[in-house]
Amino acid sequence: MDGEELTEQETALYDRQIRVWGANAQRRLTKSHILVSGIKGTVAEFCKNIVLAGVGSVTLMDDSLVNEEALNANFLIPPDENAYRGKTVAEICCDSLKDFNPMVLVSVEKGDLSARSTEFFEKFDVVVIGYGSLATKKAVNEKCRKLSKRVAFYTVDCRDSCGEIFVDLQDYKYTKVPCMMLQFCMSILTSLLWNFQQKKLEEKVECELNFPSFQEAVSVPWKPIPRRTAKLYFAMRVIEVFEENEGRKHGQCSLLDLPTVLEIKKKLCEANTVSESHVPDSLLERLITGTIEFPPACAIVGGILAQEVIKAVSGKGEPLNNFFYYDAQDGKGVMENISNSFTS
Amino acid sequence: MKSFHFSNLTNLRCIAYCSVLSLPPPMDQQQQQSAIQGAKVLMVGAGGIGCELLKTLALSGFHDIHIIDMDTIEVSNLNRQFLFRRSHVGQSKAKVARDAVLRFRPHINIRSYHANVKNPEFDVDFFKQFDVVLNGLDNLDARRHVNRLCLAADVPLVESGTTGFLGQVTVHVKGKTECYECQTKPTPKTYPVCTITSTPTKFVHCIVWAKELLFAKLFGDKNQDNDLNVRANKAASSSKETEDVFERADDEDIEQYGRKIYDHVFGYNIEAALSNEETWKNRRRPRPIYSKDVLPESLTQKNGSTQNCSATDGDDSTTVSAMPLLGLKNPQELWGLTQNSLVFIEALKLFFAKRKKEIGHLTFDKDDQLAVEFVTAAANIRAESFGIPLHSLFEAKGIAGNIVHAVATTNAIVAGLIVIEAIKVLKKDADKYRMTYCLEHPSRKMLLMPVEPFEPNPSCYVCSKTPLVLEINTQKSKLRDLVDKIVKAKLGMNLPLIMHGASLLYEVGDDLDDIMVANYNANLEKSLSELPSPVINGSILTVEDLQQELSCKINVKHREEFDEEKEPEGMVLSGWTQSPATNGESASTSNNESAVDVTESSSGPEIASKKRKLSETQPENHKRETENVESEDDDDLVEIENPMTVSKKKRVA
Repeated sequence: MDGEELTEQETALYDRQIRVWGANAQRRLTKSHILVSGIKGTVAEFCKNIVLAGVGSVTLMDDSLVNEEALNANFLIPPDENAYRGKTVAEICCDSLKDFNPMVLVSVEKGDLSARSTEFFEKFDVVVIGYGSLATKKAVNEKCRKLSKRVAFYTVDCRDSCGEIFVDLQDYKYTKVPCMMLQFCMSILTSLLWNFQQKKLEEKVECELNFPSFQEAVSVPWKPIPRRTAKLYFAMRVIEVFEENEGRKHGQCSLLDLPTVLEIKKKLCEANTVSESHVPDSLLERLITGTIEFPPACAIVGGILAQEVIKAVSGKGEPLNNFFYYDAQDGKGVMENISNSFTS
Repeated sequence: MKSFHFSNLTNLRCIAYCSVLSLPPPMDQQQQQSAIQGAKVLMVGAGGIGCELLKTLALSGFHDIHIIDMDTIEVSNLNRQFLFRRSHVGQSKAKVARDAVLRFRPHINIRSYHANVKNPEFDVDFFKQFDVVLNGLDNLDARRHVNRLCLAADVPLVESGTTGFLGQVTVHVKGKTECYECQTKPTPKTYPVCTITSTPTKFVHCIVWAKELLFAKLFGDKNQDNDLNVRANKAASSSKETEDVFERADDEDIEQYGRKIYDHVFGYNIEAALSNEETWKNRRRPRPIYSKDVLPESLTQKNGSTQNCSATDGDDSTTVSAMPLLGLKNPQELWGLTQNSLVFIEALKLFFAKRKKEIGHLTFDKDDQLAVEFVTAAANIRAESFGIPLHSLFEAKGIAGNIVHAVATTNAIVAGLIVIEAIKVLKKDADKYRMTYCLEHPSRKMLLMPVEPFEPNPSCYVCSKTPLVLEINTQKSKLRDLVDKIVKAKLGMNLPLIMHGASLLYEVGDDLDDIMVANYNANLEKSLSELPSPVINGSILTVEDLQQELSCKINVKHREEFDEEKEPEGMVLSGWTQSPATNGESASTSNNESAVDVTESSSGPEIASKKRKLSETQPENHKRETENVESEDDDDLVEIENPMTVSKKKRVA
C-alpha cells in the first residue's frame, strides 16, 4: 500500500475487478478509510464487500454484546457461544473480516458514535451509519459537513424485507460514461462484456452534483414530493420519529406499538397537509413487526451500498442521488431524489 | 460447547418472510415455513454467484443443499469468492464452500460434488430429487444442459448471470414460463479463416492468430492441422520449405531460431500475401516487419540470456517470465513495437530453454504467464503490421483468456434475488415470479427492475419440439462437420445420437462395441450424401441426447454455395422463430458493427474451420427493449412491451 503503483500481489488478487473499474480506481480504494457504525446483517454484507474490494481500512463501531439475535443474517459471527461470550459484535466481526482480505486494516473503535468530536471523523473518507437513531444520523452528518475535507456520508436501514440507503456526498465531482449504450444488455446471462469501451473509446463526461444534508433530506415538506415516490421514504420518517419519541433502539418495537405509530403518521400527514393514504398502514405494520432482517434483502441492500461507496471513493460512476429503496415484496430497487428543490 | 440452534428463530423468520410474500392467514405461514425447511435445493456452480448464494441460502433457513462444481480455486477468484482463502488455492470449490458455510451454520446438510454437471451421474433421476435448481454458472453450454435436464425432470430452474455491475435473475418453470432456451442464445463467435490468416482488421483477430495458429504451431501438438501458412493465394513457397522453418534443430541457436520465426511470420509471410493484388484492392496493406529493423543484432550480451543454460526444467514453469528480464513491470503499460519484439524473442527463448519438455504438448492457458506474454507480443506485432491499435498485456490476456470481469457486490445482489425467487417457486406462487435485472444506471429510477416472465415460446425446439431446417452442401460437408458444428455446438447436445429414418448414423456411449465405433468413425469421414443411408435434399434427421432427454428433427436442404464471410461454417441452421418477446433479431451481431466490436472481446475467439474447445463466455447479442409502459400507482410491475408484438405475447399470470 505504499508507493503509487499497485503491488504485484494486489494486481493478481484484484485482476477481475480492475477489469471493471480500472487500476486508478483500485489505487484510490486501497488508500481509503471507512468508518462503519452499527452492525447487523446488511452492514455485515456491506463490510464483506468493501473488504473484498480492497479498501485501505475499515473501522468498526458496535459495542452491543453478541447474543442469539445478533446471529441472525450475520454470517460473520460463528455460532459458538464459548467463543463469542462477552465480546462485542464489532470485535467478532473484525476477526472474521480480516480473514477475507489480509491487505485491509480492520479495527474496532469503542464508544458512542454521537459523542465523538468533529475531528474524529476527519480520519475517514467514508462514514456509514447502520440502523442509527434520528439524532445520531443528524449529528454525525453535521460534523462530517463541517470538515474541510469531504467525508462521504451514508445511512442504511433494513427492516423486514425492505431497505433504505441515504447518500450525502456534499458537492461532488465525478466522471461518467454517457449511459445510452451501456444499458442495452438486458439479457446478459452469458456474460456480455460491455466494459470494453471504457478503456479506449468512452467519452468521459465530467459532472457535478450537490447533495442535501441529512437534516434537509428528512425535513423536506411532503406535499410537493412527486406522487410516485417510494412510500418507504415516508414510512421510514414515521418510524424515525416513533423511535426517537419513545427512546427505542432500532427494531425495538412490535405490533403493540402500531396504534402509537399510526398516531404519529396521522400527525405528520396533517402537518404536511397530505392525506393519510400517503403512507400505507400495511407498510408501517410490516416495518414494526418485521424486526429481524431478511437475509436476501441484506445481500441486496449491502451490495448496493458497497457499490456506492466504491464509486464515491474512486470518483468514477454516477452516484445514487440521494435515497435508495428496496422492497422484496415488489422486487423493485429504486433511486429517489428528495431535496428542497421541489419547493422552489 | 453450546452452539446456537436456529430452530429458535424460525418462527420469527417465518413471520418476516410471510410479509415478504404477503400471505394473510397464519396457516399459510406454516406452509411457507415448511416449504423452505422441507426444500431440497440443487446449486450448480460454487464460484462468484455460488459462494454468495450458498451463504444466503444458509442464512435464510435452507438446510438441505447440494452443490456441484468442477473447478478448483485460483488466486483471481479471491476478490469475490469470499468463502475461499489463499490457502485453499487448488482445492475443490464445492467442497471448500461447503466447509466454510458449515462454520457459521453447522447443522445444515450440504452435499458437495467436485464434478462436471454434464457427467452422466447427474441424470434426470438425479435432478428429480430436487424442489428447485439454482444456477450460478459462467458458460452457455452448461446452462443449456441444465435447462434440458430440468425440463426433463420437471423441476423449476432459477437462472442467473453477472458481468461487472450488471446482473439478472430469471425463473423457468416448465409449461408456465419460457425455458432458458426459448430465446436463442448465440453460440461462440467464430471468424472466417481468411480473416485470421490473411486479412485481420481487429485486435482480436491478431490474438486468435497468435494463440490458435502461431502458439499452437510452435508449442502445440505437431500433428494438428494448422492454417498458419494458408494464404489467399496458393502461390509462394513449397510447403516443404515452410515446414522446415518451424522445425528447430537441436543445436540451433535459440535466439537465431526466434528471429527466423519472427522474420518468417511477420516479414516473409506478409510479403507473400502482398503479392496478391486482388486481396488488397480495398483493404489497407500490411507492412512486413523484419527483426533486423527493430532489434539490435544480438540480444545475448544485452541481458545475459538464458540461451546458454542447460535445458533443465529446474525452475517452476509457472514462474518463468520474460517481462522482468526486460525490465517490464506493469502489465497495463502499452508496449511499442520494439518492446513487443523483445518480449516475443525472449519468451520464445524461455520456452525452449526452460520448458523444453512441454513443447509439443502445450495449449494456451491464460494463467500461463509466459504464454500470455508470447501471445500478447505476437498479436501486437501483427497488429502493428496491419495498422491495428496495440494493446497492453492486461488487455490482451483478457481477450485471449476470455476473462469475465467480476466484482463481489453484483454477485451478492444477484444471490439475494435468486433466493427470493426460489422461495416463491417453493411456495408455487406463480403470480409472483419475476425476472429481475440489476442495472448500472437507474432506468426510470430503477436499479433493480422486476419483470414478469414470458410464456413458453411455442416454437422453441427445446421445450416445444419444433423441427429445424439445415441448409448444407450434402455432397461436400461430412457427417463430422454436422456433428461438431450443429449437433454439439449449436444444439448443445453432449452425447448425441443421429438417426436417418431407421438407420443409426452416429452415437456416443460407453457400451458400444468396437465394430460399431469403427462404423461410426467411418461415417464421420463420409460426406452426407455418401452415408450408408444417404442424407440428401429433403432428408429428415433425428438427433437426440438421451441424457438431456432432448430430441430434435432436422429437415435437410441441399445448398451448393455458402458465403465465406457471412456463413463461415458452410451451413445454416434455422427454423425456429425468435421469441416475439425480443425484438432482438435484427440487433444481433453480424449486422451490427458496434455489437460485433463488443462481443469480440468477450467471446471465445475461434476459427470457423476447426472445432476447438468451446469457449467459456459467449456474447449475448440480442437486446431487449425496455419500453416501460406507465404503470398505475398500485401496479408494481414494469411492463416490457414490444410494440410490434404486443398482441402475440402474453404474460404468464
